[in-house]
Amino acid sequence: MSDLLNLLIGLAMGLNLVALGTSRLPSLIRVAAVQGMVLGTMPLVMEWDELRVLVLVVAAATVAMKGLVIPALLRRAMRTANIDRDLYPLIGFVPSLLLGAAGMIGAVGLARRLPLLPEHHESLLVAGALASVLTGLLLLIGRSKAISQVCGYLILENGIYLFGLLLIHSTPLLVEGGILLDLTVAVFVTGIIVDRIQRAFDSLDTRKLTVLRE
Amino acid sequence: MNELLLILVPLGAAGAAALWPHDRTRPWFLPAAGLVHALLALGLLLRPPTAPFLPWLGCDPLARAMLPAVSLLFLGCACYGVPYLRLRTERPNRVFVASFLAGLGLMSAAHMARHLGVLWIATEALTLSSVPLLHFNNTPRAFEATWKYLLVGGTGIAFSLLGSFCLGYASLYGGGAGDLTFTALVAQGTALSRPWVLIAWVLLLVGYGTKMGLAPMHAWKPDAYGEAPGIVGAMLAGGVTTVAFTAVLRVRAVVEAAGAGVVASRTLLVIGLFSTLVAALFLLSARDFKRMLAYSSVEHMGILSLGAALGGVGLWAAFFHVWNNSMTKGALFLTAGNLRRAAGGRTIDEVSGMSVITPRSAALFVAALFAVTACPPFGPFFSELLIVKTAFATRHGWAAAGFLFCLLLAFFGLTRVVFAIVYGRPHQAARDLDPRFRETLAVLAPPAGFLLLALGLGLATPEVLREAWTAAVRQLSSTP
Repeated sequence: MSDLLNLLIGLAMGLNLVALGTSRLPSLIRVAAVQGMVLGTMPLVMEWDELRVLVLVVAAATVAMKGLVIPALLRRAMRTANIDRDLYPLIGFVPSLLLGAAGMIGAVGLARRLPLLPEHHESLLVAGALASVLTGLLLLIGRSKAISQVCGYLILENGIYLFGLLLIHSTPLLVEGGILLDLTVAVFVTGIIVDRIQRAFDSLDTRKLTVLRE
Repeated sequence: MNELLLILVPLGAAGAAALWPHDRTRPWFLPAAGLVHALLALGLLLRPPTAPFLPWLGCDPLARAMLPAVSLLFLGCACYGVPYLRLRTERPNRVFVASFLAGLGLMSAAHMARHLGVLWIATEALTLSSVPLLHFNNTPRAFEATWKYLLVGGTGIAFSLLGSFCLGYASLYGGGAGDLTFTALVAQGTALSRPWVLIAWVLLLVGYGTKMGLAPMHAWKPDAYGEAPGIVGAMLAGGVTTVAFTAVLRVRAVVEAAGAGVVASRTLLVIGLFSTLVAALFLLSARDFKRMLAYSSVEHMGILSLGAALGGVGLWAAFFHVWNNSMTKGALFLTAGNLRRAAGGRTIDEVSGMSVITPRSAALFVAALFAVTACPPFGPFFSELLIVKTAFATRHGWAAAGFLFCLLLAFFGLTRVVFAIVYGRPHQAARDLDPRFRETLAVLAPPAGFLLLALGLGLATPEVLREAWTAAVRQLSSTP
């Protein structure tokens, strides 16, 4: 089982690099969606031997929210705001990719040095979590479009979700459900604000949000 | 049961307000729910429950020491909200009133959360519920401020979730069941894995520190406070920050039980002093009187952090200061709102001579300035004095000296801006405003009430509050 899990985590880490390298907004949204769905199936893989109903429900909800609902909200925001689909990076694609790759190596190295329980020694969970958090931060800082920053936030959140899987046996999944709900509402609210920013500034380039400063 | 009502009454009122058909009468939901909430909260203060309602949610001594202050602040803001929304009939208020009420319910939930996950969910929901409040003015500047608030606040709150998971893993690694209630974590004590506890402390401090607005995570604060209506600013500065401070204190108790209390105290000391310093420097160059209030808030969060770092009597003084902060922030933000409406501007280049245009609001604003800069006999003087005395008594002389120096700088900065807008000759813009802003009793009574409370806290601190703060200190420092 842990081989399959590691394969999925590896896939998620690969998607991080795709997200950093892509130059088009729709494909960035798609990458975040696919990564969310990959993550959603992980609890099933981990709990396959003794599957509880609650695990099934949370996994299904995660796949539905992260893979379908949230991307649909983002696509809708993108369409109504009628923005052009190219990403104008503040940190170039090649430097982002290099930073992302370096971050991934660093994450694997760091995960080895952290004190982990024996059953997590062979797992890539911690490394994958750290790499995704770094990728998310890189996208938040390095992309100027409002929606691409939301995608960065989603990947950051995915990294935290990966880390949360370490606790799958102990935390009540209700908490996970609440977190998922909050995240969806967050993206919904963000979508509304994105729309208003577009109307107010006639652009979604956050570099233009510079009225307020000392 | 009353504990549940503290959450459900505001949420129910929010739902009812969202369905209520008339914009003109809807604002009355605010004082009605605020009054019920305040009565419930004061009831819990006077007659505390013997045990928390649920293991993961309930009114423990810490919630009891904090929540009534927020409740009183909300009541004052709600009373001010009715005349305020009457002035703003050009904006639909359905979403505003509903979000404002929902925010109160979530603040109650976050204060009483005794489980890391529940605390996180309540705080995140609180962040989201304040978004529609921030862009109520519907200007491009307001949207810019809201975007920064969402982005910075969202990232901060994501870090606190990661920190919560790390603390859970610390418990799991230490042989625990990964139970995320604070009671269970404190009970596990030194069995918690130290490296994971330290990682969790840093992440949680960054996360909830962003909500508190401690420097250097305060970037969103001046924008949000500057663009939001006065009552929203008051609730953010006196209510949301209190929620985040409560969260930091709860986490700190776990870190202390795990045997890393010295590290926690040292980080709080450094970050507290840094916040007061940053705030003081920005206050010296502030020109906009609403953004100025944001830096004043950063300064006061630094003071709270410093008090918490000293522990014992310092922590007691921090609780005292939470109350003072809520009351003085209420007075300052509401009077600043009056001045802003009457003046039609907000920087010292556009506004002056407010003592002529709105003499009563200007007088209250100056009085609130003296309260917030800790002039006797207002409450902040006594709480800050106690923090300084504790700092000297616990051999943190240097910290106390630096702290006093920052307070002095902040005093210069604040008085410079306030006197520039209060005295002098009124600008033409304010005279031409039509219709003229009228200083009715409804917009003067709430800030005046806050000032009286700040005065009362200083001159005659109620015995029940002293006892509540002592109980809260005892709860946080009881190591197994």
